[in-house]
Parts: sequence; C-alpha cells; structure tokens
Amino acid sequence: MKFSDQFEQRFTEMLTHYPTKRSVLVPTLLFAQDEIGFLSDEVIHELAGRLDLTDLEVRNVISYYSMLTTKPRGKFNVQVCTNIACMLRGADELFEHCEKKLGIGHKGTTPDGLFSLEEVECIGACSWAPAAQVNYDFHENLTPDKMDRVLDEYKKKGTQ
Amino acid sequence: MASLVSHPDEVKVVTKRFGKGATSLDRYLELDGYKAVQKALGMQPDAVINEVKNSALRGRGGAGFNTGMKWSFVPKQSPKPKYVLCNGDESEPGTCKDRLILEHDPHSVIEGVMIAGLSVQAHVGYIYIRGEYRYLSEIMQKAIRDAYGRGFLGKNIFGSGYDFDVYWHGGAGAYEVGEESALMESLEGKRGIPRIRPPFPAVIGLWGGPTIINNVETLASVPHIILGGADWYAGLGPPKNGGTRLFCLSGHLNRPGVYELPLGYNLRKMIYDVGGGISNGRNLKAVVPGGSSTPVLTAEEIDVGMDFDSLAKAGSMLGSGGVVILDDTTCMVKFAQRIMKFYQHESCGWCIPCREGTDWLKKTLTRFHAGGGTKKDIDNIQYLAENMLGRTFCPLGDAAAMPTISIVKKFRKEFEDHLEGRPCPFEKAGAVRELPVMA
Repeated sequence: MKFSDQFEQRFTEMLTHYPTKRSVLVPTLLFAQDEIGFLSDEVIHELAGRLDLTDLEVRNVISYYSMLTTKPRGKFNVQVCTNIACMLRGADELFEHCEKKLGIGHKGTTPDGLFSLEEVECIGACSWAPAAQVNYDFHENLTPDKMDRVLDEYKKKGTQ
Repeated sequence: MASLVSHPDEVKVVTKRFGKGATSLDRYLELDGYKAVQKALGMQPDAVINEVKNSALRGRGGAGFNTGMKWSFVPKQSPKPKYVLCNGDESEPGTCKDRLILEHDPHSVIEGVMIAGLSVQAHVGYIYIRGEYRYLSEIMQKAIRDAYGRGFLGKNIFGSGYDFDVYWHGGAGAYEVGEESALMESLEGKRGIPRIRPPFPAVIGLWGGPTIINNVETLASVPHIILGGADWYAGLGPPKNGGTRLFCLSGHLNRPGVYELPLGYNLRKMIYDVGGGISNGRNLKAVVPGGSSTPVLTAEEIDVGMDFDSLAKAGSMLGSGGVVILDDTTCMVKFAQRIMKFYQHESCGWCIPCREGTDWLKKTLTRFHAGGGTKKDIDNIQYLAENMLGRTFCPLGDAAAMPTISIVKKFRKEFEDHLEGRPCPFEKAGAVRELPVMA
C-alpha cells in the first residue's frame, strides 16, 4: 500500500498531536480517500494496522461519516445541497437538472467514470443558495444554466 | 469565496477584519492581532473568566449558555490534562457564518482558543473543522504554522514561560458531530455518538480531561472582549445578551448574506431593511429564526428582538443565527418534510425516540405531502414529535421535534389542504417527486 509523501508526512505529524493513535483516524480516512478515490479493503487494512485497530473498527467509523465511501466514485463528485435554504431557491430543480444532464441519479456514476452525483445536506452556503460542491470546490448562486457551465468546465478538465 | 455584504446598521466586531487580508499574520498584527492574548497573559486566569462572564457573551453555536460561566466549571486542579476544543463543525441548516470567520480571520479563532486555554490553565487546543470545508482547513493550517513560526504558539509563548499548542482537526461529514460530546468522540477517532451527561465536558471531556468546548464565533469574539472590555461588549446588546452576532440571512430575500448586528435587533427590520425585503414582490409567510431546529415564527410574530431571551419569550430560539425567510409560495408541509428528511438522515441511531421518531415522521410527512395523508396523521405527527422532546441523550431529537411541532400548530390549515388525495396546492401538477410510502 503506497500513499504519497505528503500523506505520509501529514500522518506522521498528526500522530504527535494526540495522546492516542486512533484520534488521527477520521481526517486520515478522508485524506486516504482523496488519494485512492475510495476506501478500499486494502486501505482499511493498512490504516487499521497502523493505528492498532481491527478492520471492523475502522469500517464501523467509515459507515458513520457521510463523506466517506467504500465504493469507487467518479473523478468529480457533484454534491447538490437540497436542504431548506437551497430548496427555497430552486435546489430541487437544480438537482433534477443535474440528473438529466449527467444521466444518473443520487449516488450514481457516469459510465465514463467522470462524474458522480449526490444530493447532500447543508454545506454552509445558505446565504448564497442554491449551492453545490464539486469535490471540495464550492459553486454558489447557481441556476441550471450556470450549473451547465460549471459541469462543462469539469468535463473539459477531466478529458484533457 | 463566499461574497461579503454590508449594511449601515451593522456593528462590526467579529467581522471587522473581513476583506482586509487578515489571513496574513503580518496584516493580522497590524489590525491589533495577538494583543488580546498578550494582555490575557498578564491577567490572573480568574480575571479572564470574570471578564468573559461579565461581557454576557453567550454560546453562538446554538445553546446560548454564558461562555464565562462554562469556563468556570473547569476544575482548578486536575490529574489529567485540560483541553480547549473549538467547534467548527458548522452544519445547522441555515448557518454559514463560521465559514466566513475561518476564511477571513483565522488568527482570531486561534487567539480565542489561546485565551480560553489560559483562563483554565490548559496547554493544548484543537480547532475542529467540518470535512466539507477543506479550503478553510488549509487556511487554518497555514495560520497555525505561521503562528508557530513567530513563537506565538508552542513553548514559552510570547516569552511568558507558558506553553500552548494548537492543532487543527478535520471531520468527514456528520451534523451530529456538532453536538459537543459527539464532537469529542469524533476527535478521538470514533463514531460521533453522544455521551451521557453528566459528567459534563468541563469536568470529564477529551480523553477524560476537563475540556472547554466553544463555537468558532464564540471564541472569535473573546479577543475583542479582552481588548475592549466586558462593559463595552455587554453594552452592545440588551441585558444578559452581550455583543453582536453574525446573522445568516437566506431564503426568499432580496439581499441575503451574513450581517453582523447587535443582539436584540428587530427581526422585522432585519428582513425588510437589512435583507432588502421579500424577493419577487411576494409576501412573508414564515421565518426560521435560528437554524432549522428552531420553532418557526409566522409573519405576525416578527416584531421581536433577535436575542436569546426575547426569542425564548416568543416561543422560539436564537439558535445558531441562521435566519431563513419563507414567502407565501412556500408549502409548509413540504418544508416540514425536508427538515425531517434531514434529521432522519443525521440521527446517529443511538436513542430510540430520535431514530424511530425521525424515520416515522419523515415517512408520514412524505406520504402526507404526496396526497396520501389522513386527518389522524396531523395529530399523529404532533404526538410523535412531542414524545421525542427531552427523551434523547443529545438535542438532535429536540431539534427535529421543535420545528415540526411549531409548523403543525401554526400552519394546520395547510396540512388540511393536502387531505383527501388533493395535490399540493403550492406545486405545479405532476411536480411531486416522492411517492407515498404507505397507504
């Protein structure tokens, strides 16, 4: 199991921040997922070993957090917030628009592996609603047209 | 990233460095940065606590507990290390203020954590930031590195002989983790299941040590209190409701945005003056005054001061400062359904009233909105929600129940309008996506 040097550096440093090893687990899982794409059996086994946990204990934590996934996702994960502030400003329509545009539903992935789509809960962009995150990037004050442009940009980036 | 707005009625305390490049340490120092912590280093710990207590600063995360009072519960002597934990898991629907503080003024949060640490003689602080806020984690990590680089953090801070470390920590998507005991579980690398209290975190917290837990905005207010004085800060708001707060205006408004206004500011003025009134020339139907878990107010109930005590008197809560405005095209049944869908998704499943209650309420409200409701359902929704109140270890059960109860009570007619298979009066025909889950 090989992670990047940056991952290893951060992991080693974070271990010094806490009195117990397992405290690094949640952020480390997210960093590992960012590199590998998802939390594979191999990643889980590796991190469990490093933190003196069983694989099951790690899986137990993964299943709690909504951002963590044990299944591969598209290169760009489109997360449309449909919670109240976004809903009032057209988030349901925006989500439906994304479904049509990408041809996939909630938690689906396009056949080319470029996009995944997810309906998510409040992402903290209420005053700039409706909003979506593509991976970690925020896109705010969206309309279906603006969303098209955002998705086209990512498509260009992903196929270059 | 997120755009800034302003209004002449604003009183800029926490936001005073916004848009001024204060993420840079040098700029932060030019703008009076790290002066408060140096002043606090010269004070007795009890004097710091008293100053914060007298400022009437109350928790900005939602509960509104007096911050200095919370700090005073930490025992003086402890065999285990003490900790400060800054709660940046901002996830209450309607709330987007901590994001701006972390983006524009990260050092003020670090400074607040340091002052809190000094007041209880802790030597370590953690700043927990939700996983979705990756760019803010990077801003915060850089700010922490910069502060270490100047000797503001680490051994012998500011040559005082006092050691203090601050570390960043990240989440991975969980509303529940914003609850203080679940936050500690998450930081310890576990599922965010709340702990039974008492004992409270101030006595037994992180790894068994006494722990102060405060919201980002609360801690970012602290340096201003230490520099400006308790009297000045308390005087900004009504009695027992010190200072200002960042109100996140969202929904059907002409000028949504995050505005810093004194506590006690009139809600009607906030909507029609600060927020520019209801968009598209529509009329106001309801207001969520403090994030999705607070009981809604009707258009007739908006002559109220936006502070903890006035809103409590009006039967609601100031909560997290998320003010969501609903116009008269909004279907309150759909609104209640969406809120419940959220709480059902976020319930950790530990307490049965919350786990089962949110699930049944979501199912009932979904069916109801789709036209499959019966008259008995309306009372059942009320009954179920009322029986969740106060019966769970953490406030998530209450948070799901309170808005639901208020919506059924205040907008019962809208529920009746959905009866007998009638389509939702607020939606275009065929627009209903969710199908009934039971007959």
